[in-house]
Amino acid sequence: MQNAKCRMQYARRRLAVLLMLLTIAAAVAPAAAFAQPPQGSPQEEFVPVKDLPQQEQLPAAPLLVSAYAFVWVALLVYVWMVWRRLLKVEREMRDLAGRINQPGR
Amino acid sequence: MFLRVAWLVMRKDLTVEVRSREILYTTAFFAVSCVLVFAFALVKEGRPLEDAAAGILWISVAFSGTLALGRTFERERHAETLRALMLAPAARPAIYVGKLLGIVLLLLVVEAVLVPLVGLLFHAPLTARPLTLAALLVSGTVGFAGVGTLFAAMLVRARSRDVLLPILLYPITIPVIIAGVRGTAALFETPPADDLAGMWVALLLFFDIVFVTLSLWTFEPLMTE
Amino acid sequence: MNRVFPVLAIVAAVLFAAAPFVVAQTPNEATMGVVQKIFYYHVPAAMAMFLAAFVCGIASGMYLFKKNEAADRLAVAAAELAVVFGLIVLVTGPLWARKSWGVWWQWDARITSTLLMWMIFVAYLLVRRFGGAGAEKLSAALAVFGMANVPFVYISVNIWRTIHPTTAVVPKLPGGMKGPFWFCAVSFMLLFGLLLALRARLELRRAELDKLYLQADEE
Repeated sequence: MQNAKCRMQYARRRLAVLLMLLTIAAAVAPAAAFAQPPQGSPQEEFVPVKDLPQQEQLPAAPLLVSAYAFVWVALLVYVWMVWRRLLKVEREMRDLAGRINQPGR
Repeated sequence: MFLRVAWLVMRKDLTVEVRSREILYTTAFFAVSCVLVFAFALVKEGRPLEDAAAGILWISVAFSGTLALGRTFERERHAETLRALMLAPAARPAIYVGKLLGIVLLLLVVEAVLVPLVGLLFHAPLTARPLTLAALLVSGTVGFAGVGTLFAAMLVRARSRDVLLPILLYPITIPVIIAGVRGTAALFETPPADDLAGMWVALLLFFDIVFVTLSLWTFEPLMTE
Repeated sequence: MNRVFPVLAIVAAVLFAAAPFVVAQTPNEATMGVVQKIFYYHVPAAMAMFLAAFVCGIASGMYLFKKNEAADRLAVAAAELAVVFGLIVLVTGPLWARKSWGVWWQWDARITSTLLMWMIFVAYLLVRRFGGAGAEKLSAALAVFGMANVPFVYISVNIWRTIHPTTAVVPKLPGGMKGPFWFCAVSFMLLFGLLLALRARLELRRAELDKLYLQADEE
């Protein structure tokens, strides 16, 4: 009983922190709304670089690599998380099924 | 029949509120404190940031609105009147509309206090376009309260309902707040940007229609056990 | 399902592994250069996020109106995927923006509304976890509103003058970019479908476990 109450209090505190963060975000948003409007017009199509006379390649490799690495890591971590939970649940099910089939306890 | 039920529910809420005025006074005071807190927090050279007037007004409406929603339904839960309402042979959406109208009226009264205060503290030109300003406030309040009434009613029986209401409400109603702030800010400019403000009013009306329709549609299955 | 799943998983993994090589063949874009290649992951991830939001919304609607438990399980799976793919969009976007716009973040219509939609589905997961009894219905209502958000996010970039590229970019992709883009899009969609099935299977197992617990308690 004590354990359940502690857990509830912990959950409540976590929610309170989240609420505070949301409050701060709400306070920042109107100030940000007054920020400068973005410069430049939106792109209507992509143009390959070879179709222009001369254009230097921008050294953007670290950003590109981090972006791709993040995608891979995020997906792999998620798959691992789901797999781990699945294994745990299936293990519990096997244990329970074994206990139910035993006569008496 | 639908309108009659909605009217009766609203009248009940207003009657209860007029007798005690508890939610009205506490919400209004909280809203005023909110305005003051933000006025002192967002300062430029020691004076309140005048450009922030629109934002501060809407933040205070959002926060005090959340409180008012929580308190209104807490009162229903305490007196077990919500269950009585659900048992009544009335269309559920009509009950939703009645409660929505009650809350919108409450918030409009609070805003009637807030807007002059904001005008005073931030030297905002309130009288420049009073009708458009009123349109912005009414449509924004309906949009916010539309979603809020649905979620607050749903949460009456939930655990951690005080914290869950903002979590559910804010991500959905932030577009309404954004539209309200931008529209109000456009009106507070000198000279007021009428076209821009008109666009934001139109967007708010669009939100109102979408949110109230979705809420009417989902109120019935949500409130049944 | 059980036999098809590993085959599809291998296909998805191969497609995904091949993607960087496919992307390396693409021509560099004129104004943005190499960093534009983030596009080949950023946009398919956004497509997956929109799809996840839609699936979650529709499944939630079915749960609310038809009391379909399987729909609720699908909704949870879709919400988690919306959060995962949304996170990918919201991280790869700024990494691209840092180079091409000079800033990590901009408060324009598309970016802001995407962030808000992502937060709606994070809130979905929070309510599921901490909402107590009846949380399924609460989160279902939230998902319905979240789904209504999707068309708004999509067209926001066409209505407001923003710095974000418009939706006209994809139909007008030049040849060298079109193939790799759709290759990546297909692999993301396939991956999305597989992850959805996997995650929904986890929910089903959990429901079965709960039933087993009840059965064990009765004895």
